[in-house]
Amino acid sequence: MSDDYKENITPLEAQSSESTTESSDSIKDIDYVRPAEVADQDLYHGHSFITKWIFCQDAKVIGVQYFLTAVFTGIVGLILSWLMRLQLGFPELVPFITAEHYYQFVTMHGMIMVVYFLTALFLGGFGNYLIPLMVGARDMVFPYVNMVSFWMFFIAVCVLMASFFVPGGPTGAGWTLYPPQAILEGTPGAGLGIILMLVSLSLFVIGFTMGGLNYLITVLQARTRGMTLMRMPLSVWGIVTATALAMLAFPALLVSCIMMTLDKVLETSFFMPTILKAGEVLDYGGGSPILFQHLFWFFGHPEVYIVALPAFGIVSDLISVHARKNIFGYRMMVWAIVGIGALSFFVWAHHMYVSGMNPWFGFFFATTTLIIAVPTALKVYNWIITLWKANIRMNTIMLFTLGFIVTFVNGGITGIFLGNVVVDVPLSDTYFVIAHFHMVMGIAPLMVIMGAVYHWFPLVTGRMLSEKLGKWHFWFTFLGAYSIYFPMHYLGFIGVPRRYFEMYDSPYVTSAVGMNEFITVAALIVGLSQFIFIYNIVVSLRIGKPAGRNPWKANSLEWLTPEVPPAHGNWGEKLPVVHRWPYDFNVPGAKEDYITQTTPPSEVLGAEVEKT
Amino acid sequence: MHAGFIFLAVIIGSVLFHIFTPWWWTDIASNWGAMDDTINLTFWIGGGVFVLVCLFMVYCTFKFSYKEGRKVEYKPEDNKLEKILTVATTLGVAALLAPGLIVWNEFINTPKNALNIEVMAWQWGWQYRLPGEDGKLGTAQVAKISDENPFGINLDDPNGKDDVLIQSDELHLKTNRPVQILLRSVDVLHNFYVPQFRAKMDAIPGIISYYWFEPNKLGEYEVLCAEYCGLGHYGMRAKVVVENEQNYENWLNEQETFSSLIAKQNKIEFNTIKIAKNNN
Repeated sequence: MSDDYKENITPLEAQSSESTTESSDSIKDIDYVRPAEVADQDLYHGHSFITKWIFCQDAKVIGVQYFLTAVFTGIVGLILSWLMRLQLGFPELVPFITAEHYYQFVTMHGMIMVVYFLTALFLGGFGNYLIPLMVGARDMVFPYVNMVSFWMFFIAVCVLMASFFVPGGPTGAGWTLYPPQAILEGTPGAGLGIILMLVSLSLFVIGFTMGGLNYLITVLQARTRGMTLMRMPLSVWGIVTATALAMLAFPALLVSCIMMTLDKVLETSFFMPTILKAGEVLDYGGGSPILFQHLFWFFGHPEVYIVALPAFGIVSDLISVHARKNIFGYRMMVWAIVGIGALSFFVWAHHMYVSGMNPWFGFFFATTTLIIAVPTALKVYNWIITLWKANIRMNTIMLFTLGFIVTFVNGGITGIFLGNVVVDVPLSDTYFVIAHFHMVMGIAPLMVIMGAVYHWFPLVTGRMLSEKLGKWHFWFTFLGAYSIYFPMHYLGFIGVPRRYFEMYDSPYVTSAVGMNEFITVAALIVGLSQFIFIYNIVVSLRIGKPAGRNPWKANSLEWLTPEVPPAHGNWGEKLPVVHRWPYDFNVPGAKEDYITQTTPPSEVLGAEVEKT
Repeated sequence: MHAGFIFLAVIIGSVLFHIFTPWWWTDIASNWGAMDDTINLTFWIGGGVFVLVCLFMVYCTFKFSYKEGRKVEYKPEDNKLEKILTVATTLGVAALLAPGLIVWNEFINTPKNALNIEVMAWQWGWQYRLPGEDGKLGTAQVAKISDENPFGINLDDPNGKDDVLIQSDELHLKTNRPVQILLRSVDVLHNFYVPQFRAKMDAIPGIISYYWFEPNKLGEYEVLCAEYCGLGHYGMRAKVVVENEQNYENWLNEQETFSSLIAKQNKIEFNTIKIAKNNN
């Protein structure tokens, strides 16, 4: 199965000469790649500082813009988490944290981290930077729309941050924004705060749709010659499947934002039943609060996978490159990503087992939720089987991928608790849930993001990050985060409810005071240790070791550009031609321990390649 | 030091933490021991998988860490192994799901002899309504709530006349009698949760949700609101007292019924009018 296109050879032979030498017919045979279907198009090249670096149409620059903006929101989210933890660990230590502020911090932390940090970072950041490079395109197919996408995101972030400064402050409705409380007095920021949040989310969705169309169409239409779908790196599979999910899930968020804005501003009653407030019946009636929950989680559950799937994809590539071995079961990995993506639209109500929806739904959603565990578990097996009989470089990147496996398996298994409807009953709305989702969609994806930064930093900047600082950063982050969230599950077993500003002296928590203090200290340390990371990046930008071309000896296209860092248009004169999948490491009979995707079979005649 | 040692320490530490943890469930005080059992089952199977996966990973990092020229296996796929893993995982998941669904079926089907209790939540407090001698709660509406009619009971519903109204946050239950909690809210989402009973459910304005349990241990328990409901969420506590039949009946007899509340109010109204007249 070394060549998919053999049967097409005769009629198109003449056009296939690019990557072959004319001297030998047999070599021409094995190196054949189907010709391009459309001619190469030139891009708009920026000339001024503004068109090159600010209103820029180069996906790589847009990716970095997304990345930096998302990291900025992430640092805001991190500081908010510190303030929350200070209140929980050492109540009354910080006098300005009132219940009102506490709930605002909780809400903004959650929304920022899930949407403006993780989603924007994976899809906007890594998606923009990696997709065109990895599929061998010169840029996204609609560079101008791509630029607008980033600036919409930027405005959405500005609107969100503005809500900190309006009268009443940002919304404190919890990141799930459940009505009726989200828009009623009694919740902090129920005036301008919630309106700005809803506007900001709507802008985010609009901006993201522009980017998302780009990612999808680029992958479907702009792959280079020979880059079949089943030769794409798993990073691309993860990002593009997540994008497809986002295109289907975000509309549900958008409509619920619009409807709630109408409920707030025009007093419609989409989500508002008859309500008695302070002895008076409000001007609402007939709406359904549960309708909002269904819409929200129809977005919210796929959102989990919008964060997780790119992480799955990227970590597969990191493991394979640094274990010097092909990823085990590539085809199954692809189908697992696609399958998990499809299934993720049929599990949303597992967030609502105790919401008061019809309890018969519980059977359906528990079953679908546990079915998702199967492809997810298979992915985990394939990651660890990839390590078997490999040649593992124990560098910072590998440490982060191992940290990912530990935290992801841990969080995945607690997910089986919560997905199994009746087990969820005692645990829902407790600290068990907080521990679960931070482990599985907070720490695990962060491990991947950090590993990915160490991995691709040499490509983006041309310099290596410090390995020594990287290891310190890893151990502080991994051990610290694990010791925050692993014990936190046990608070949930006691029954400590979430979103409690303080517990007073409830009998449940007297034994938990010590643990809360410990968790807060760990959270402060983990947060501070991120400054090692930032310091490493800033210093390495100037004095890091020059990376050269392809420092990790990887196979995928992004490392094979004529210039490092890649220039606008990526590929210089000619687009690359792809002859194989990106995982040919340590192929028996090959001289080197890696064969790049652009290496034609004629150059590695002795290699016993099994897969294309 | 080889990084594998630290990962190994993390795994061993997790297991030891689980064995020696002082943080664990409150003693159960209801019939839902089966929920604890399903959690335990999930713990054993899930915990086992976690430990095995991590140990395998750590073993690989020791055994196969980088050496120039190491012979690496080249085996992109292994259909047989992949099939075995798929089937084994599916079976494991089914073994966890099946007992869960059986217990869920019990949870959503209230026994016939359950006593109905209405829990009415508002920002930020609780009150309760019990059926009178007819065993039925009268229908009620949020829009009808007033100082005179704190539960908004429909005046023309005869079932409501003998309803017992408890306008305090202390609810009494008798042991070994299933109760069905009918949840109402007048404003936003709330959730009536007693950790010792394990069960919980949201109260939603506009509809009535339910769950049931059978208290089986005498004592006083704290009620926590378990669905975020605004600024006062963390202070929305109440008390449930589980007691024997005799004490329960005594408590019940001290409570006021809807008809006596109306009568009292009429009397007050009547007296006020009389006093007003006398003053003239």
